[in-house]
Amino acid sequence: MKRYFGRKLLIYALTFFIAVTINWMIPRFMPGNPVDIMISRAGLRGSAVTQMYSYYMDAFGLDQPIWKQYLNFWIAIFHGDLGTSIFLFPTPVIQVIKDALPYDVALLLPSILLSWFAGNKFGALAARNKNLDNTLLPIGYILTAVPYMWLGILLAWVFCIVIRIFPLGGGYDFSMQPSYTWDFYWSLFNHWVLPFLSLFIVQFGGWAIGMRNLIIYELEADYSHFLEALGAPRKLIRNYAYNNAILPQVTGVALQIGVIVTGALATEVVFAYPGIGYLILQAIHNQDYFLLQGCFLFVVIGVLIANFVVDIAYILIDPRTRAGMTGGAE
Amino acid sequence: MKKKNELLYFALRNTKLRIGMAVLLFFLLLMIIGPHLTPYKPADFVGPSSAPPSKEFWFGTTTFGEDVFTQFVYGLAPTFLVGIVGGVIGTLLGMLIGFVAGYRGGAVDEVLNILTNVVLTIPVLALLLVLVAYIPVRGVLIEAVFIGLTSWPWAARAIRSQTFSLRTRDFVGLAKMSGMSSMKIIFTEIAPNMASYLFMTFILMFGNSILNAATLDFLGLGPTEGVSMGTMMNLAVQWSALMLGVWWWFIPPGIAITCIVGSLYVMNVGLDEVFNPKLREM
Repeated sequence: MKRYFGRKLLIYALTFFIAVTINWMIPRFMPGNPVDIMISRAGLRGSAVTQMYSYYMDAFGLDQPIWKQYLNFWIAIFHGDLGTSIFLFPTPVIQVIKDALPYDVALLLPSILLSWFAGNKFGALAARNKNLDNTLLPIGYILTAVPYMWLGILLAWVFCIVIRIFPLGGGYDFSMQPSYTWDFYWSLFNHWVLPFLSLFIVQFGGWAIGMRNLIIYELEADYSHFLEALGAPRKLIRNYAYNNAILPQVTGVALQIGVIVTGALATEVVFAYPGIGYLILQAIHNQDYFLLQGCFLFVVIGVLIANFVVDIAYILIDPRTRAGMTGGAE
Repeated sequence: MKKKNELLYFALRNTKLRIGMAVLLFFLLLMIIGPHLTPYKPADFVGPSSAPPSKEFWFGTTTFGEDVFTQFVYGLAPTFLVGIVGGVIGTLLGMLIGFVAGYRGGAVDEVLNILTNVVLTIPVLALLLVLVAYIPVRGVLIEAVFIGLTSWPWAARAIRSQTFSLRTRDFVGLAKMSGMSSMKIIFTEIAPNMASYLFMTFILMFGNSILNAATLDFLGLGPTEGVSMGTMMNLAVQWSALMLGVWWWFIPPGIAITCIVGSLYVMNVGLDEVFNPKLREM
């Protein structure tokens, strides 16, 4: 188990290292002076230009030797210094992202967990019921093929415009100030429902189909036939099949996490939900590069943490890894 | 020769494969014929603003008065291009790394495994995020290459484990004894034994690339010029097609992507049944 964890941590550390290095390299090894490019694209005027120019020169430290620039970059990151946002000048990037982060967690965590549990249960049910299977299978395949944002657009159109049940746009009502009142929480909840639903529905289809296929595969395995021949109750065989099928589904979360995060970012854009996805859109429109790079770093960190959690979950569930064998989720 | 005919026989009888193929062919045809059916270009301002679908404008017009049908049929080509280029690059890389890691084993396997895991954890979107800031003009091909370069890990893993189980078989040992080079063994002994699997990997990659590209386009990280399904949705949302109720602007591109990707997934299941006699419906 130590070996298993050691390997995983090494991979995560390496990933983080590579991600940060890419983040550092791209502006420096692109043709042209990044500072000039940024200033000219940001469309600043007058004294703002000179102010930003000296700020950027200082931030990039382009007059220093390359290795020193690289070192400084790392030091800055560990101090939580990701630069200053242009579009929300003079707010530091880290602050902008910190304000957006809770909205992402509020969308991602419940949608991943709930869709995973619901999808697994439903898929297992479908595997033993012909009628349910015949309806679930086509719907599931359609759902896995639907782009996240399009489902979001459809939901927004139907529930916000055609039948006006939910509000559209923002994390809470624009007329409100954030406060600890029930009205405010209610508003938060109302704005959260649809983005959550669109993430939930697409993921649900994927998990359900995956579970259905795995259960059918397990029920065809030798041990199932053997149990059947011994006269074991069907329920017992189903349970064994389910326990075996759940493992690949846990690994599936790790494989899917990047896709889910990307989907969430796109969904936020549809609903103008003030998470990191919406920030990215703003940053692109305003040519705010420090903000973009900050978002990049946080997306990578988020995915790494999620992967790590899945690893721990896998160990807790799979008796083989617990016993110290290094198999399973490699 | 006989084996091929048998596969073809089952392929033509498989309902899933037939449905998937039909949908895919329909959109391919639309991509080829479509541009000849419309007198306009995607960026032409040709009609009234936000006109609903009519005889003149089949899919209605955008808030700027562009013809949605024109944008739709012109946008299909980049969508397919991204799918094919991204799919081919992803599958080839996955094959290369999977074969070498699985066949060589040992230290090579270890290093490639770490590489696979690293690429697996960095999301495509995040990489593009940084790049997009510094590449002023991006084309469909660049996007496709990026998607291909980042989507191979799961395929590499799967191919690696397949290769791993094949390499201890007798026929591989025989080939080794006869003095064949590793590359030759991989491509003449191992690869043909999992040809069906590789083909299915490509089909899945094809679909995933299209889906990925649509998301990137929608976030504004896609090609800077031209239309695609994703950019249509992006513009529709940006110019409040939702609030104005201009549903004909954002419904068609989503349907197209869902149908194309869905038909690829269904084809994949159909192919599985064709290649694997155990799964055939009798």
